[in-house]
Amino acid sequence: MQTFFQQVINGLSLGSIYALLALGYTMVYGIIKLINFAHGDIYMLGAFWGYYVINVWHFNFIAALLSAMVICGLSGVIIEYFAYRPLRHSPRITALITAIGVSFFLENGMAYLFGSNARDFPQIVKQVNYNIGGVRISNIQIQILATACILMLLLQLIIRYTKMGRAMRAVSVDNDAAQLVGINPNLTISFTFALGSALAGAAGVMIGLYYNSIDPLMGMTPGIKAFVAAVVGGIGSVPGASLGGFLIGLLETLVQSVGLSAYKDAVVYVVLIVILLILPTGIFGKNVKEKV
Amino acid sequence: MIILKANLKYNVCWFIVMAAAFYLVNILVMVGIIDSFIENMLVTIWINVILATGLNLIIGFAGQFSLGHAGFMAIGAYAAAIITQQVDTVGGFYLSLVVGVIIAIIAAVIVGIPTLRLKGDYLAIATMGAAEIIRIIINNLKITNGPAGMFNIPQFATWPFVYITMCVTTIVVVNFINSRGGRIIMSVRDDEIAAESMGINTTRWKLAAFVLGAATAAIAGGLHASYLQTIAPNDFGIMESISILIIVVLGGVGSITGSVVAAVVLGVLDTILQDFGTLRMVIYAVALILIMVFKPSGLLGTWEFSIRRLFASLKRRKV
Amino acid sequence: MEKKAFKKIMSFGTAMVVAGMLAGCSTAKSASKGNPAGKTIKIGVNMELSGAAAGYGNSQKQGIQLAVDKINKAGGINVNGKKEKVTLVIRDNKTSTSTAASVAAQLVNKDKVNAIVGPATTNAGTAQIPNITKGAVPSVSPSATDPDYTLQKNGKVQDYVFRACYQNNFQGSTAAKFAYTNLKAKRVAVLADNSSDYGTGLAKAFKKSYKGKIVASQYFQEGDKDYNAILTSFKNKKIDAIYVPGYYSEIGLIVKQARQAGINVPIIGSDGMADPKLAQIAGSENASNIYYTTPFSTRVANQKNTAKKFMEDYKARYGEEAPTFSALAYDSVNMIKQAIETEKSADSVKIAEGLAKIKNFDGVTGHITVDSKHNANKPIVVETLTNGKVSAAKEIK
Repeated sequence: MQTFFQQVINGLSLGSIYALLALGYTMVYGIIKLINFAHGDIYMLGAFWGYYVINVWHFNFIAALLSAMVICGLSGVIIEYFAYRPLRHSPRITALITAIGVSFFLENGMAYLFGSNARDFPQIVKQVNYNIGGVRISNIQIQILATACILMLLLQLIIRYTKMGRAMRAVSVDNDAAQLVGINPNLTISFTFALGSALAGAAGVMIGLYYNSIDPLMGMTPGIKAFVAAVVGGIGSVPGASLGGFLIGLLETLVQSVGLSAYKDAVVYVVLIVILLILPTGIFGKNVKEKV
Repeated sequence: MIILKANLKYNVCWFIVMAAAFYLVNILVMVGIIDSFIENMLVTIWINVILATGLNLIIGFAGQFSLGHAGFMAIGAYAAAIITQQVDTVGGFYLSLVVGVIIAIIAAVIVGIPTLRLKGDYLAIATMGAAEIIRIIINNLKITNGPAGMFNIPQFATWPFVYITMCVTTIVVVNFINSRGGRIIMSVRDDEIAAESMGINTTRWKLAAFVLGAATAAIAGGLHASYLQTIAPNDFGIMESISILIIVVLGGVGSITGSVVAAVVLGVLDTILQDFGTLRMVIYAVALILIMVFKPSGLLGTWEFSIRRLFASLKRRKV
Repeated sequence: MEKKAFKKIMSFGTAMVVAGMLAGCSTAKSASKGNPAGKTIKIGVNMELSGAAAGYGNSQKQGIQLAVDKINKAGGINVNGKKEKVTLVIRDNKTSTSTAASVAAQLVNKDKVNAIVGPATTNAGTAQIPNITKGAVPSVSPSATDPDYTLQKNGKVQDYVFRACYQNNFQGSTAAKFAYTNLKAKRVAVLADNSSDYGTGLAKAFKKSYKGKIVASQYFQEGDKDYNAILTSFKNKKIDAIYVPGYYSEIGLIVKQARQAGINVPIIGSDGMADPKLAQIAGSENASNIYYTTPFSTRVANQKNTAKKFMEDYKARYGEEAPTFSALAYDSVNMIKQAIETEKSADSVKIAEGLAKIKNFDGVTGHITVDSKHNANKPIVVETLTNGKVSAAKEIK
């Protein structure tokens, strides 16, 4: 039983990372129907930013986290402006290839500038393990879970109750109609990118701190996993992305704990396909009725 | 054959063009202008042409967004590697290609029947998942030698063989597109409901395109394994599927000519970039972004080079 | 009807004739064998500078450049009494098999190199074999560890393929012996890197020669960051040790997470983790009770002239402790130098012959003898880490 709860904790802390990343995917997808392949690499940028400000300017954790969110939000907006905005009215598959191009650019550009070796992230928060009834949980795990939940709640509040959030929802439903009622779609889309990328930046710093290892390719695998999580949850749906993230995290933990670690990713994909076959647009996805 | 016959004249013309190109390459090889380095580049390009035309059939003509092409390629490659290591003859190689194609078709049917009901990006991620499952299974099997991959595979796929296979698969794909079947899948792509109301079994035709694409991918995989003489599961990951997708989109979704042009452009670019060391992928990425931003519908859009049209315009000029 | 049939036959006929013409053609082949020596000795580098293995590839590149600069500073390589300088041609293979083959063809045919160093991984390495064999240019891989890498299908040795590292079987069985006899571990869990032949090959060799009980066998993928689930599943299996064949970027995390989960048993690894970055990633307070097999020990090195000099030079140039990958790459270059000096020729075929004759060559990673299967035989050391520092090094015979 102890082992079971321990594994649940493991799964939740892994899942919260996927969930944070999946949120960015799902927001961007919801508004411009683009699979933003570069999202995982923005997370990498966040981790590297955290690495440098902590090492060079001796920021504390909160300052590093917030500044990484700002920088990543900014880079998200810049990427959107130069790489995606010119393609707003092109086929979606073109924008997808551009996103892949941006992803290659960020990965290899960082590898060129900073080398492709793994680096150790400065440990500014001392790890303390708590033992609750035989189940071990560290302060950093709690911190990640809490931050993830707070950010997800905050995001939900922004989308539900602010003016910008309403504009985002309007643009995602019907861009032209939104323009008619006076919404500036460019501004709204930029804001969405800023928000999604800021979340990725936060995830980057937290993961750097938790795992203590960052490298230019670190965004690739979690990026794809988070994308899968977003699809499982119903891409475009914010609660769906959080749920999908936790689901994938728990599933991976389960597979590994029964000794099938070699097939970890295969099982995740099997579950993905099965879920899609039962619910063709994911768990919380909107099923658009076709009109004849 | 029925399909071939309908376009007999043009197919003969294509045969002549292809044969002429073959002799040109052969002469260049004999003169020594094409050394094994350029040969390597050409063969890679040709294999990519097979892969890209197959994927373009699925994405551009049938309108089904598949991200799992590398999985079928892996099946073909491993079939060729395993069989030719046992049966070290040309016959064994042909057999292995056939076996690879059959297994790929079976896999495509198993993957396609459930997933082709999905739409757009959901289909993309499901096919990507399926390809990853194939790769992970290969990575853990004994017969495929796990992550170490297989090497010392006998080389039967010399450049003439790869070239001829490329010509044949391209002709088959193009003739399929120009046949009744091709028109059906395009009607399904443009409006599934309208096609269905015309009495077309849309699932079956989507599956037909998917299976044909998978079969060509398996052939390309077999050629890849036999020419390179070494394969590893990591060659067939998501990144390989994406790089085939890049060729298709760069050339123009729905243009076979575009796929050929893009395969050549990217192949040459990749080779030239070998001189740039660590910067190569950065330059490649920037080139990719720039081409897409300035040529959003791909290099050729949906434009297709057609001998038929060439003849027609010549005739018009005469008159 | 008749016309249709005729047309059909014609189309078949045309197809056959064309196909026949195509197939009947003979293809041209070049006649010369090997690349003769030019004004300078050209060494090609076919290396993973981008992609998944870029970290290791770049470490090796640094070792290669250090070696070549040192040779050139001393005037070059002594070829039959005449000193010739070395030029490097460095090309990136993206950690991809097909690019590695293409790079090899370019190095052999366009750059006309006399020898090649690289690639770092077995997969890229096997991809280059056909092209270098065709061009008769030898290659020394610093870190391709698959036992069959240097062999042809029929078990004969590949004439132009050499390596500077151990092959998996040797290292895996040494670790098994060490775990059983020295650490007295009777129950071991294996956690191997499943994305390369290195991890799985070592795990296989370890399992084969380990005399105790293997209680769990799990795998991870390159780039994985979270091992808590696997480690938790090890926890109540009463293990005496964990064997973790893989590279430092992942093993560092495993060490960290194992220690934080309260698993304090010895962790045994291979030369892929013999890198100062291991302790940095794991955190030095966690990096205790760690053992790994390695050809290159920073501790033993201090007692040996060649290695000591290398470590000082490396630190002076790059400002960090020399990792094992750099040391192996450094040795690869010097093995080529040795081959040129014994054969008194920088002709690529001659270099291959010279490489096969290397005996008791004084390398940074020990005294290297190339055996009949072109494996580099050299002593093996087990290093012990305590608080992130190498606290002991023991030669295993």
